[in-house]
Amino acid sequence: MTKNNITETYDVIILGGGPAGLTAGIYLGRAKVKTLIINEGSIGGQMVLTHAIANFPGVDIDISGRDLSLKMKAQAKAFGCDFESNVEVTGIDLSGELKQVEIDGDEVFAAKSIIIASGGTPRPLGVNGESQFKGQGISYCATCDGDFFTDKEILVVGGGNSALEEAVSLTQYARKVTVIHQFDHFQATEHAIKLAQNNAKISFIMESEIQHIIGDQTLKGVEIMHMKTKARSQVFADGIFIFIGYIANTDSLPDSIILNARNEIITDENMATNIDGVFAAGDVREKQFRQITTAVSDGTIAALSAIDYLQK
Amino acid sequence: MLSTNLKHLTSVEDFNQVVENNENVMICCGRMGPMCLPVYDVMENLEEKYDHVTFYDMAFDAPYANVLRSHPKAAKFMGLPFTFYFKNGEAVEATSSIQSKKQIKDILDVQFS
Repeated sequence: MTKNNITETYDVIILGGGPAGLTAGIYLGRAKVKTLIINEGSIGGQMVLTHAIANFPGVDIDISGRDLSLKMKAQAKAFGCDFESNVEVTGIDLSGELKQVEIDGDEVFAAKSIIIASGGTPRPLGVNGESQFKGQGISYCATCDGDFFTDKEILVVGGGNSALEEAVSLTQYARKVTVIHQFDHFQATEHAIKLAQNNAKISFIMESEIQHIIGDQTLKGVEIMHMKTKARSQVFADGIFIFIGYIANTDSLPDSIILNARNEIITDENMATNIDGVFAAGDVREKQFRQITTAVSDGTIAALSAIDYLQK
Repeated sequence: MLSTNLKHLTSVEDFNQVVENNENVMICCGRMGPMCLPVYDVMENLEEKYDHVTFYDMAFDAPYANVLRSHPKAAKFMGLPFTFYFKNGEAVEATSSIQSKKQIKDILDVQFS
């Protein structure tokens, strides 16, 4: 993709405006490193999906993901970071000493170092009927769409913290919430599990996987299969909320960057990838724990590593 | 009123006037929530490039938003935001829930080419 018509050259380009990217921007900006943050969606990444963030140190326990995102963005901007928001990354060239990023097919930015912090997107179920009923019975955001299901019966798919916490939150609206999970145990914290199990409106279907969505003009329910017995049955519901994790946003990266089997970027402890001067931070990289605080940590390390790289 | 940089529709009269007096209109009716914000961002981003389209938002919980909440094309919608595309006063497309920039551009390119 190497192009000669470069719009502007930076020391570092950060791909992604979630907590990892914004933190990297804060550190780089404060170190007087000329930095551009390129963001394809809303500033804040998946953080904006969270209604209240209770476990981020030093802020009000009911701060919304959106408010925390805006504070981080303001901090990065105050330290001198430039932003290209809501753009589409149409090309990335990591081959030369000066890396290039093309946006919207017409502008090319270059930098000596790149930090990839492009995050993840909610993982879809990938079954028949999912796209047909998206926004018409299928949702990925309880705080956004919960009130459409007042006095209705809904299914929540997943067994992590998000699924169980959102199941509890949805009982404010729904008459009945059924959690469907593919394993015989949850991956959530004990606290989240207890809150869900103690809620009289919530029931559980374990070791079962959705095979397809049932519905014609409107969503009617799902067909599920028990993972051990392979027995199939139908569960009727007015809506389905899906919280089954995230997919790393690595589609637009060149093949030269090494990914694992789940398409996450492999880094060392300094957030360095296999390409000199290219670092990765946050949910886009291979790691066990995906929290705002771990993204912030990754962003810090990636920024400091990029500064080291620039000084070599 | 929503805190976006888009133009706001704040009454049924506003809505009628905008839809009747503009050939191509995109209206996003939502809240300041995580599924709505990216759509507003995309609309703000596209305003310059699609100067033949008029972009507006509308606060979903305002009484006047009933004009879109109860629109026949939204009869089965159960996800915010409700996004409408009007051509010469007629709703030619409507979507429910978050849409990507590509999905929005595809609709604009087909309906308002």
